[in-house]
Amino acid sequence: MFQIDCPFCGPRWQVEFVCGGEAHIERPINPDMLSDDEWADYVFMRTNSKGMHYERWCHIHGCRQWFNAARDTVSDKIHATYRMGEKPPELSS
Amino acid sequence: MATPTKYSIWSLLRNAGSYHQNWQRVWRQPTPKDEYEVIVIGGGGHGLATAYYLATVHGITNVAVLEKGWLGGGNTGRNTTVVRSNYLYDESSGIYELSMKLWEGLSQELNYNVMFSQRGVIGLSHDRHGNDEQSRRGGAIHLNGIDSEILNVAQVRALVPIINTSPNIRYPLFGGMLQRRGGNARHDAVAWGYARGADARGVDILQETEVIGLMREGSRVVGVETSRGAIRAKRVGIVVAGHSGVLANMAGFRLPLESYPLQALVSEPIKPVLHTVIMSGKVHVYLSQSDKGELVIGASRDAHNSYSQRGSFHLIEEQLAALIELFPIFGRLRMMRQWGGIVDVCPDASPIIGKTPIEGLFINCGWGTGGFKATPGSGWVFAHTLATGEPHSINAPFSLKRFSSGYLIDEHGAAGVAH
Repeated sequence: MFQIDCPFCGPRWQVEFVCGGEAHIERPINPDMLSDDEWADYVFMRTNSKGMHYERWCHIHGCRQWFNAARDTVSDKIHATYRMGEKPPELSS
Repeated sequence: MATPTKYSIWSLLRNAGSYHQNWQRVWRQPTPKDEYEVIVIGGGGHGLATAYYLATVHGITNVAVLEKGWLGGGNTGRNTTVVRSNYLYDESSGIYELSMKLWEGLSQELNYNVMFSQRGVIGLSHDRHGNDEQSRRGGAIHLNGIDSEILNVAQVRALVPIINTSPNIRYPLFGGMLQRRGGNARHDAVAWGYARGADARGVDILQETEVIGLMREGSRVVGVETSRGAIRAKRVGIVVAGHSGVLANMAGFRLPLESYPLQALVSEPIKPVLHTVIMSGKVHVYLSQSDKGELVIGASRDAHNSYSQRGSFHLIEEQLAALIELFPIFGRLRMMRQWGGIVDVCPDASPIIGKTPIEGLFINCGWGTGGFKATPGSGWVFAHTLATGEPHSINAPFSLKRFSSGYLIDEHGAAGVAH
């Protein structure tokens, strides 16, 4: 179990949050032009990084806000949390 | 290459004469050759089964199995050893039932006791809806010629006298679905038995040989870079479970997978009280009693990606709460060990077995939380794929292309673990 530093409420236990999966996946701006393979890439394919991983969390039992986190998937250490819409920080694992 | 000793009462007696000091090594420790016909990356159950069936079914023995650690030290040694074939869709029935049939003759075929015990697997239902879903799945399984029985509470209690059937608990028992041919097997023995069989036919099993890159010529894979140097091969198969994404990344394509920790724990050994495998997807616990008397208990996976091989503590809490409600008799049982394995989960909870975008490179991954039961069948179809370059009709539906075509095989209900 780890602590997550909610950008709105500060550090709280992991049980207060739900993980929303990989962050920064942008919906295609030209959906009617996409091939099946391109759709599959958007809908299903994931980076699944071993090392630094950018993901979404929701503080479901707190402020109920969504935000992003940069977490190392080997050590589970969270290096940064930042608000939705902000650019991911440059980090190396 | 020495012919391996056939294990029998006679070999046991012969070796007893020398105080069991002179048993032959079960497999060799070869040095890597420069080139092989086929390289299998991953020396777990699935990879070793692949090599075994390449040698026995297809006569291809110029094969290397590359393992970064030791045999069966990954998910093969980190699961709860449940074997069953009661999945919903025809495609899944095909591959899981192929596995079940191979399990049924495996100890004889390998001349190695994998301790396969068909003690029955019961999936519990706790409400009308769950029972309806099981009836639907049970019917579909029946149509595919696989055994399944729908049980009421009294029938569950007859098989599992220690289960709590009180109507006053949070999720009272409603019924269950039983597969009598399901059960358990000994995980290490499966890896070792396949390794011994493959090695005896000339397959090189290379432990502590980590793949660090793939060699390509144009659009074709021509070998792998390893921690022990480059090895060339005509065909390469990736069978690395939780690390499939890492290997795909080396090869330069993406997979619809995410890797999560799934944990299990083992209690102190007690006298035999539980004769079947019990699973509940509703309250989220599954367990069986090992031959040593320990309870082997599994639960849900974590919701966040991780390669840490350890799960979150709150999941253990939930799992044990569910266990105690179903089996109050275990209330004072102490837990001895806990561990996590990294499972690679597909969006439809079904595996990917077949071609990759790179010529000569094949992948067998995405078994998620239920790969152990499929070990023999997975190896059998993957050996066919590597030998012929084309998938067998059994694994053809499990292609990577199904994510573009939309032909998903949604087995979340039958997977038995929340994804």
